[in-house]
Amino acid sequence: MSLVTIGNKGLKGAPPAGAEGSAVTVPVTKDASQQRQKRMIAEHFDRLSTAKEDGKKVAYTFVPGNLTELMGAFEMLPVLPEINALQSGMRGKSGAYISEAERGGHSEDVCSYVKCDIGMLRTGNVGPTGKVLPKPDLLLLSYTGCFTFMKWFELLKEEYNCPVVMLHVPYQADGIITPEMRQYVVDQLKSDVIPQMEQITGKKLNLDKLSEQLARSRRAEDALVKVWESAKNKPSPIDGYFGGVYYIGPIFSAFRGSEDAVAYYEELLAEVNERIKDGEGPMTPAGVMNNQKYRLVVEGPPSWTHFNEFWNMFSNEGAIAVASTYTRVGGLYDQGFRHDPQDPLGTLADYCLGCYTNRSLPSRIDLLEKYIKQYSADGFLINSVKSCNSFSAGQLMILRELEKRTGVPGAFVESDLVDPRYFGKANIENRLQSYLQMLEARKSGALAAATAEKPFVIGSNP
Amino acid sequence: MTAEPTAPQNDPAAAVLKRAHALTADYGTAPVKAWKEKNQGGLAIGHMPIYTPRVLLEAIGVLPVAIYGAGDKDIIRGDSYFQSYICHIPRSTIELGLTGMLDSLDGMIFPAICDVIRNLSGMWQMLFPKKWAAYLDLPQNFRPEVGGRFYKLELKRMARELHERGAKALSDEGLRAAIKDENLRRVALDKLAALRSDASWRVPASEAYLVTRAGGAIRAREHAALVEEYVAAANKRSGQPKDNVRVVLVGSFCEQPPFGLIKSLERAGCDIISDDLQLGIDYMEGAIDEKGDPLDALVDAFLHKGKATASRYIGEGRKGAALLDQVKRAKADGVIFAAASFCDPALLDQPMLETACEGAGIPFTSFKYAENTGQFQVIREQAGAFSDAVRLWESAA
Ligand code: SF4
Ligand code: SF4
Repeated sequence: MSLVTIGNKGLKGAPPAGAEGSAVTVPVTKDASQQRQKRMIAEHFDRLSTAKEDGKKVAYTFVPGNLTELMGAFEMLPVLPEINALQSGMRGKSGAYISEAERGGHSEDVCSYVKCDIGMLRTGNVGPTGKVLPKPDLLLLSYTGCFTFMKWFELLKEEYNCPVVMLHVPYQADGIITPEMRQYVVDQLKSDVIPQMEQITGKKLNLDKLSEQLARSRRAEDALVKVWESAKNKPSPIDGYFGGVYYIGPIFSAFRGSEDAVAYYEELLAEVNERIKDGEGPMTPAGVMNNQKYRLVVEGPPSWTHFNEFWNMFSNEGAIAVASTYTRVGGLYDQGFRHDPQDPLGTLADYCLGCYTNRSLPSRIDLLEKYIKQYSADGFLINSVKSCNSFSAGQLMILRELEKRTGVPGAFVESDLVDPRYFGKANIENRLQSYLQMLEARKSGALAAATAEKPFVIGSNP
Repeated sequence: MTAEPTAPQNDPAAAVLKRAHALTADYGTAPVKAWKEKNQGGLAIGHMPIYTPRVLLEAIGVLPVAIYGAGDKDIIRGDSYFQSYICHIPRSTIELGLTGMLDSLDGMIFPAICDVIRNLSGMWQMLFPKKWAAYLDLPQNFRPEVGGRFYKLELKRMARELHERGAKALSDEGLRAAIKDENLRRVALDKLAALRSDASWRVPASEAYLVTRAGGAIRAREHAALVEEYVAAANKRSGQPKDNVRVVLVGSFCEQPPFGLIKSLERAGCDIISDDLQLGIDYMEGAIDEKGDPLDALVDAFLHKGKATASRYIGEGRKGAALLDQVKRAKADGVIFAAASFCDPALLDQPMLETACEGAGIPFTSFKYAENTGQFQVIREQAGAFSDAVRLWESAA
């Protein structure tokens, strides 16, 4: 899974970088943070495009459990194939890429991110800004929260014939990080990951430099948590799902640990605080959203191919996402985790171990329950994507269990990340509308008695 | 598993096949109940298909029980737990649990196969809170001092937790005895593999499968004896080599194909000489070291002798090398890729393995199935066309 590396609140006028072909229409009031993010991304892709001439080494890696600070300490440049895939989805290119991969023998049953990436590679590897992406010097297989990652990089290894280094991050099956799990990750950093990076870059790891990066990460993380928690306000000054995917861009990708990231998050927080002061909601495709009728918690990734249409379905009806789990795939900072400059390797291990999809199903349910209660949600929605077994297997149980525990009704829709064939617009829209009508009736008391006995489920009712 | 091989009564292997079938009927519940009656208070622990350290369980007096889903049983409740685009085995396993078919088990182990099995481990914890449920994180780092160390601690943790629930404490003595038994099974399975390779007309793959799978709910020593008995009996069969093509079957390591599907492949002229159907029981190349520290030996066996499969990282090794080696050892003419629908690991692996086959000039064909597939006509025709093509290819070469 992954996230958007651009945009911000001003989605209204701000197609994500490289999303020129998408259906976003809108005016042009960009926040300073949004402009900053756009510039950061453009510069990053510029650096990538001249990486070889500049003697910079390039590492391909994944969002969950990404070792950005470590790469930063080696001055390696990260490329995140998940982000390339989602950008391809937003640019309307993923369908063709997926077809290309399927023609080459890839099954229609498997994760569409992988096929989108393979298709993009086979057709020139042109990145979101229109520039050709450099080949990797290293495939850094941060194996956190998803088995498909391993297959994905095995496939890329066949294409690039470059070294791969595996960082196996054990799963939090019992909802805890044990000392053994932590030690195992640290051991691998020492025995495999760092030596491989040293060999490729020809540099020794400078622990002080790593600690400096981690200290900056911490500052950005502090600010991001305040942004998330701002959604406890009514009206909420942010959309914690559709808008949220823009906010996570810098911190889950190439920028954590940089001064740029600190500046971005501090600026974003200031803008959010300003909106709280003014009692203003966030910008959405339907305009500034002050009339917030339904507060929802969302589980599961968005559909990138129909991102704005999907968002519109919410904002047109006055539904706002106050929290989401997808925006936690690259780190659960709001649950207390911060990078610790005093313990550079241990903290990287804790980070990798703590990502959302590396948590057991019961602890995912606990987290969602907490969000529903802490953010005073009226309901919750599960967007179950066909591609992603890591997210999707077990979501029907999440639905049931959350309804049982909170008495808050849930909705369940099915789509896909970047395969446009699986977005049934009318079906999803109808379901969502009926669900919101039901929430309305429930709010007005008409359904209070009924729901007290049996929570409502719209969608794939088990 | 519902279908059964129908060996004629005068067949030397008829009796052992009948016993093997009884051991697999009703999802292995009969042998578990029989064992529990004999071993009052003993624990029986289920495990999902691959790489479970059954040796460890036997060493602490626990009966390991392989669980493969519910085959072609009608699913009534399990379907409501999974979306249509998720494979079949998790829903049918939940069905078994919810309908009381697994009540004789005291717990379940979910080895790290894929995200579905991983998430199922959490669902199981919630659905059956009184039973023990463990996710077994298999190391993907194969350095003894790194991944080996972690795996050893995982094994100790499991043994400790089971001891708290009434199993024997883990001891070197217990482990050594269990390793010896497992090695007996290894010898027997190797003999079975050799016979399949040397005289495939005496050992239909469907029988080899049944006899291997029959070890799912009995101890290794008992299973070794059963396999030996079958090999001896099959060796007595007369019969002539058939003009079939020799194939390796790949991709069916988790959700198992229906028995009828294996038979259909045979009828279509494909002798399956080697496969990855039973990686829960048959997951090692070679014996576990019987000298030195037994837990280290068990760990080392996983790190260095574990068979290749899609769920296992191969590091700097060449993708497909293990398959090519398997084809060579089996003297196979071709490969059949058979994966469960929506099986991410197998289906993502497949293009790389196909490339390896193409590079080595090995013909292959592929199809998908579900454990409850009832119609095999299309697959049979496809396999028939494949075997014809291979024969033609060979005669032209
Ligand atoms: S399976 Fe899910 S987590 Fe894994 S790569 Fe695909 S979308 Fe991402
Ligand atoms: S059949 Fe494949 S996807 Fe399904 S549980 Fe088994 S390994 Fe996972």
